[in-house]
Amino acid sequence: MKILVCISKTPDTTAKIAFTDNNTKFAEAGVQWIINPYDEWYALVRAIELKEADTATTIHIISVGSADVEPIIRKALALGGDEAIRVNANPADSYFVAAQIAEVARQDAYDLIFTGKETIDYNNGAVGGMLAEMLDLPYIALATNFKMNGGNVTVKREIEGGEETVEVALPVVVSCQKGMAEARIPNMRGIMAARTKPLKVVEPVPVESLTKIAAFGLPPAKAGVKLVSADNVEELVRLLHEEARVI
Amino acid sequence: MSILIFIDHIDGHIKKASLEAISYGVAIAAQSGDTAEGIVLGSPEDLAGLGKYGLKKIHQVQSDHLKSFDSQVYTKVLGQVVEQTRATTIIFSNNAIGKSIAPRLAVRLKAGLISGAVALPDTSDGFLVKKNVFSGKAFANVSVTSAIKVVLLNLNAYAIKETGGIAEVVPFNATVETPKITVTGSTKTSGKVSLAEADVVVSAGRGLKGPENWQMVENLASELDAALACSRPVADAHWRPHTEHVGQTGVAIAPNLYIAVGISGAIQHLAGVNRSKVIVVINKDAEAPFFKAADYGIVGDAFEIVPKMVEAVKKMKGK
Repeated sequence: MKILVCISKTPDTTAKIAFTDNNTKFAEAGVQWIINPYDEWYALVRAIELKEADTATTIHIISVGSADVEPIIRKALALGGDEAIRVNANPADSYFVAAQIAEVARQDAYDLIFTGKETIDYNNGAVGGMLAEMLDLPYIALATNFKMNGGNVTVKREIEGGEETVEVALPVVVSCQKGMAEARIPNMRGIMAARTKPLKVVEPVPVESLTKIAAFGLPPAKAGVKLVSADNVEELVRLLHEEARVI
Repeated sequence: MSILIFIDHIDGHIKKASLEAISYGVAIAAQSGDTAEGIVLGSPEDLAGLGKYGLKKIHQVQSDHLKSFDSQVYTKVLGQVVEQTRATTIIFSNNAIGKSIAPRLAVRLKAGLISGAVALPDTSDGFLVKKNVFSGKAFANVSVTSAIKVVLLNLNAYAIKETGGIAEVVPFNATVETPKITVTGSTKTSGKVSLAEADVVVSAGRGLKGPENWQMVENLASELDAALACSRPVADAHWRPHTEHVGQTGVAIAPNLYIAVGISGAIQHLAGVNRSKVIVVINKDAEAPFFKAADYGIVGDAFEIVPKMVEAVKKMKGK
């Protein structure tokens, strides 16, 4: 089986969020970059588990970005990816990224394509669905559990107010979230092996992006907390009812 | 030209998120002088009643092939509806079904997608929509450059408006393919209120010391008709199902009221909840960072405060 895992570079979850250039650019100074947690903890680790269960599996990692995404690609290889492809382009928007990945995916016969449910920076959650449409494949979004079942897969996905179990034949695109797998740390052997694993750089196909970020902004700061004594819980309930009017 | 709103339903009921999407779509139509039309796949109750939110027409597609949700099948049907109605903007709720279909439809229509819109588009010069980024720590104004636009509207981001009226429900004859995805079972998470849609959310963290102590927060949630949530360590320790995990890598929510019990308020947790209108923090540690992001707080022992709060809410409701 051949699995393609799509990963993105995002700021670390504790990174300070600020903007430069008249609020048109994310302030990258001093920011630690990581593999988008959904891509790493759930999509990639689940793919690695599938490979451990069936050693005939190969895992390809793909990321769209300039050379500065290579450290996170190497980390994905250290965790257990076999080969990697970097599309050498600025990831302009979800449509552009999906089109680049689709182009690469068409040149190989992938049984399974995993993405994270969304990136923690732009929170679009769109690449998986777009990719599935471009490749004319079924798409299971927001998966929390994934099992191979012969040539079929059994997947649990989030629905409104619960979860649903679905079955589908391969190939399929799946977006992954919590529940799929448990986060791992790469070991020294993996890190050493990753240095020599193939990382192919391909040039992008011409695609026009359909959206553009005009400006960023930060939400207004809170006015400050109103503390109520622990002996006077009724006062808190009164405030919520009469002042805040939320209950 | 028209604004097309995807109306979602579960177990025959139309959810609050769809009413928000309808109100949002109707407002866009009013801005641009277009008409707002609904599209429903399947047969929920009381479609004509949706007219009171300003919809004049609802297209309805019925087929046994729509019973198992397969985004590929749904997208092809929606593509036909968009073509016939000549819709220029298509609105979805940013919930599980919307997230599954909207990106596909955007590709099919070669339309720019706004995922997670929190305000009406500014159409004075193009099509500019405010959306959340960095898991709610910031927002971005995103412009769409394509002729057709697809918008995923965040839950609890736009108020439902009743304008009065009756909608005409029109059958739409679409080609519906056989789904490739088969649904074999479903489970509902505890509590009746879905977390993402809930107006009030009661959440608890490691301060509760163990899963056996959840009864009191469940009681509080039940008194307030609230959904239950938890912090990441609690979900990681399997004290509570991961579907209740709110935060940067869990569910992002924007209720009117968020009550956090025994949660210190790590930056990753705040990212998922900081769009809540009012935040109440109950923590025994006065230095807990969550107090800085809170509107109301009590420093003290949750095991004493929460049961008292349940009683106080009962008393308040009795008045």
